[in-house]
Amino acid sequence: MTILVDNKAKVKESLQPKGFLRYFSFSLDHKVIGIQYLVCGFLFYLVGGTLASAIRIELLSPLSDFLPRDVYNQVLTLHGTIMIFLWIVPVVNGAFGNYLIPFYVGARDMAFPRLNAVAFWLIPPSGLMLIASYFIEGAAQSGWTAYPPLSITTPQSGQIIWILSVLLLGGSSIFGGINFIVTILKLRRPGLKLMNLPMYCWAMLGTSILVVLSTPVLAGTLILLSFDIVAHTGFFNPALGGNVVVYQHLFWFYSHPAVYIMVLPAFGLVSEILPIHCRKPLFGYTTMVFSIMGIVVLGLVVWAHHMFTSGTPPWMRLFFTIATAFIAVPTGIKFFNWVATMWGGKISLNSAMLFSCGFIINFVFGGITGVALAQVPFDIHVHDTYFVVAHFHYIVYGGSVFVIFSSIYHWYPKVVGKLLNENLGYLHFALTFIGFNLCFAPQHWLGLNGMPRRVAEYDPQFQFVNQISSLGALFMAISTIPFLINIIISITKGKIAGNNPWKGLTPEWLTTSPPPVENWEGEAPLVNEPYGYGKDYLL
Amino acid sequence: MLNKSYYLILIISIIIGISFWIGFNVNLLPEEASINAPIYDELFKILFIIGLILFIGMTALVIYSLFKFRKKEGELGDGIALEGNLSLEIIWTVIPSIIVLFVGIYSYNIYDRMGGMNELNHNHETMNKNSEKIWAGISQANNSNSGSGETAIEVSAMQFAFLFNYPQGEFISGELHVPVDQKISIKMESKDVIHAFWIPEFRIKQDIIPGQPTILNFTPTKIGKYPIICAELCGPYHGGMRASIIVEDKSDYEKWFNQNNKTNL
Repeated sequence: MTILVDNKAKVKESLQPKGFLRYFSFSLDHKVIGIQYLVCGFLFYLVGGTLASAIRIELLSPLSDFLPRDVYNQVLTLHGTIMIFLWIVPVVNGAFGNYLIPFYVGARDMAFPRLNAVAFWLIPPSGLMLIASYFIEGAAQSGWTAYPPLSITTPQSGQIIWILSVLLLGGSSIFGGINFIVTILKLRRPGLKLMNLPMYCWAMLGTSILVVLSTPVLAGTLILLSFDIVAHTGFFNPALGGNVVVYQHLFWFYSHPAVYIMVLPAFGLVSEILPIHCRKPLFGYTTMVFSIMGIVVLGLVVWAHHMFTSGTPPWMRLFFTIATAFIAVPTGIKFFNWVATMWGGKISLNSAMLFSCGFIINFVFGGITGVALAQVPFDIHVHDTYFVVAHFHYIVYGGSVFVIFSSIYHWYPKVVGKLLNENLGYLHFALTFIGFNLCFAPQHWLGLNGMPRRVAEYDPQFQFVNQISSLGALFMAISTIPFLINIIISITKGKIAGNNPWKGLTPEWLTTSPPPVENWEGEAPLVNEPYGYGKDYLL
Repeated sequence: MLNKSYYLILIISIIIGISFWIGFNVNLLPEEASINAPIYDELFKILFIIGLILFIGMTALVIYSLFKFRKKEGELGDGIALEGNLSLEIIWTVIPSIIVLFVGIYSYNIYDRMGGMNELNHNHETMNKNSEKIWAGISQANNSNSGSGETAIEVSAMQFAFLFNYPQGEFISGELHVPVDQKISIKMESKDVIHAFWIPEFRIKQDIIPGQPTILNFTPTKIGKYPIICAELCGPYHGGMRASIIVEDKSDYEKWFNQNNKTNL
C-alpha cells in the first residue's frame, strides 16, 4: 500500500504559518498537533495544580477557613475534571500518540489529519469554558463524578457548562481514538507486521478500543443528566421516580475504563523508554501484548467496584471483586517484564530512567492498595475516604504523570533537537518523588482512621498528618520550577542532541532531530526489530 | 550456583520476615468497637503482609538492578539480547493468579463472616409492608450472644444532619444511643441527596440513597462514643455532617430510652 498524498492538503499546508506560529494554527502535521496537545495539557496541569494547592492549604487546619464552602467544592470538582480530562488523558493519548504513532507505523501522518486537528482544537475552548464557568454562577460543585441528585440540585449553570465541556472533551477523545485505531491497523508501512510494532502502538490500540467503546456511554449519560437539570425529566431524579444508582453504573462504565485510558498508554511509553536506556530488548514482547489486551477486556467488566457501598446486591459485589482483583495478573506480568528488561542490562541512570523507575515503584504500591480495595469487606470501611484518594493518586500521578515526565526527558532531544540539562532533571525527580510520597502516603492512614474525602473540615486529631501531606504538596509545586527552567533554557542554550542521542532503534530515532514535515527525507525505514539491542544493530 | 540460590532464599526470607513483623506490630487502624471490626482487622493484616512482601520485593529488585547493572563510565555496547523466558513468564503469571485467588476466597470468607451474604431484612413493624424492597446494605454475622432480640432504628439523612427515629419509643434523637453487645438494625432513608453512614470504629459503611432504603446491621462491643461520618459528597457542609453514636450498657441505655420514650406518657 502506498501512502496517498493529498495534493490539495499540500497546497493548503504551504499557506500555513511557519515557525513558532504554526503551533497556534489549524496545522495538519501530527508532530505539531502532538506538541499542541502537550503544551496545552501542561498549561491546564498548572491550573489543576494550583487548585490542588488551594485544597492542601484549606486542609492545613481542621476548620473550613480558607475558601468558602461552596467554592471549596468547586475547586475539588475542577481539580479532578481538569487533571483527568485536560491533562492526563490528552497528554498520554493525544500528545505522545500523535507524535509517535505515525513514526512507529512508518507513515507520514495520521490517517485523518483534519479530524486530528479538530480533536485537538476542541480541547482549549472546552477547557477555558470549564474554568470560565466559575465566574458566572460558580463552577460545578458535585465532584468530577457529578452524582445526581446533588448535581441536579446545585446551581445549574456551572453543572451544565461542566457537562458541555466534558461532552466536547469526550468527543475529542473519540475522534482521537478512531484515528489511532485506523492509523495503527491500516497505515502501516508495507512489510511491517503487527507483532513487530513498538509496544506503545499496542498500548494505544488497546486504549483506543476502550475509548471508542466506553466514552459514548458517558456522553449519553451526561446528556440524560442535562435533561434532568434543564428540562426537569426524571431519568436520575428520585423526586420524579428516577434512579440514582443507574447513573452510577453508567458513569463508571466509562470512568473505570478511563483509568486504563490514563495508564495503558503510560505502560506503552515505559516499554519504549526502558529498553533504550537499559540497552536490552523488551522482555516478553508477546506476553506484554496479551496482557494489554487482557487489561482491555477485564477493564470493561469491573466498573461496579466503585459502588460497593452503594445500591449493589451481594452477588454483584462478589463478581466485581473477583474481576477487579484479576486485573492484577496481567498488570503484574508487565511489571515483572520491565524489571526483567532491566536485569542484566547496561543502565544509564538519567532523568528519563529515574522517572520510569519512580513510576514502577509508585504504581506497584498503588496496585497493591488497588487489589485490597477490590475486596468488598475491605472497601466497605475505606470507600470514599482519603485511602481511596491516596490510592488513585498513586495510580494517576505516581503512574501516569511520572511517565509523562519520563517521556518528556526521553523525547525532548528528538522534538526540539537539543539535550535537556541532566542535573536540573535529577533535582526535578528528587523533589517530585519525595514530595509525591510525602503528600500521598500519609493519606492512607487518614482514610483508615476516619477522614472522608472531599471535606473542607475534619476531626482535629488528623491535623498533623494533613500538614505533612500539605508539605509534600508544597514540594510537588516547587518541583515544577526546575522543570520549567530546564525546558525553556534548553530550547535556546541546550547542547545539540544529534539525530539519535540515546542510540535508539525505534523508527523516530532514525530521522533528523527535529524531524522534517513528512517525517523522513526518503522512504520510511522498515524496522522489524524495534528492540534489537545487543545484536550489533548499532549505528 | 548453589551459593546464589542460597542468597536468594535468604533475601526472600528476610523480606517475608520483615513484612510479617511490620504486619503484626504496626497498627494502622482505629479502635475495634463492633463484632465486625476484629474480622475486618484480620483481613487487613493478611492483605497488609502480602502487600508488604510484594512491595518491598519489587522495590528491592528495581533498586538492586539500578546499582548492579548500571553502565560504567565510558562503557559501550549493549546488555544481553535476552528477549524473554517462557518458564519465568509462566511463574509470574501463575503465582500472582494463586495469590489473587487466595485473597479472593479469603475475603469471601471474611465477607460471609461479616454477614454480607445473609439475606437483608429489617426486623421491624414495617416488615408487614412486604412490598417494600430493601436495595442493599450489609447484614451481619449471626451471633449467639445477642439472643435478646435486636434493636431496630430508622435513620433519616438530610443536608446536613442525621436523625434517628426510635419507632418503639416514638421519638426522634440527634444522637444514636445503642446498647452494647446487642444486634442493632438500622434502616436508612435520605430526604434529599446521597449520603453515607460510616462508623470507622465499627468498620462499616453504607450509602443512604434517596428513593431506595438501605440497611445496616451491626453489634457494638465496646462502651463509648464514636463518630458517625457522612462519606458521600452531599453539598457545601458535607465535611460538617457528623453525628455521634453512644454505646452504653443495657441499664444506661434503658434509662435514656425511658427518658425519651413517648409511648409511656
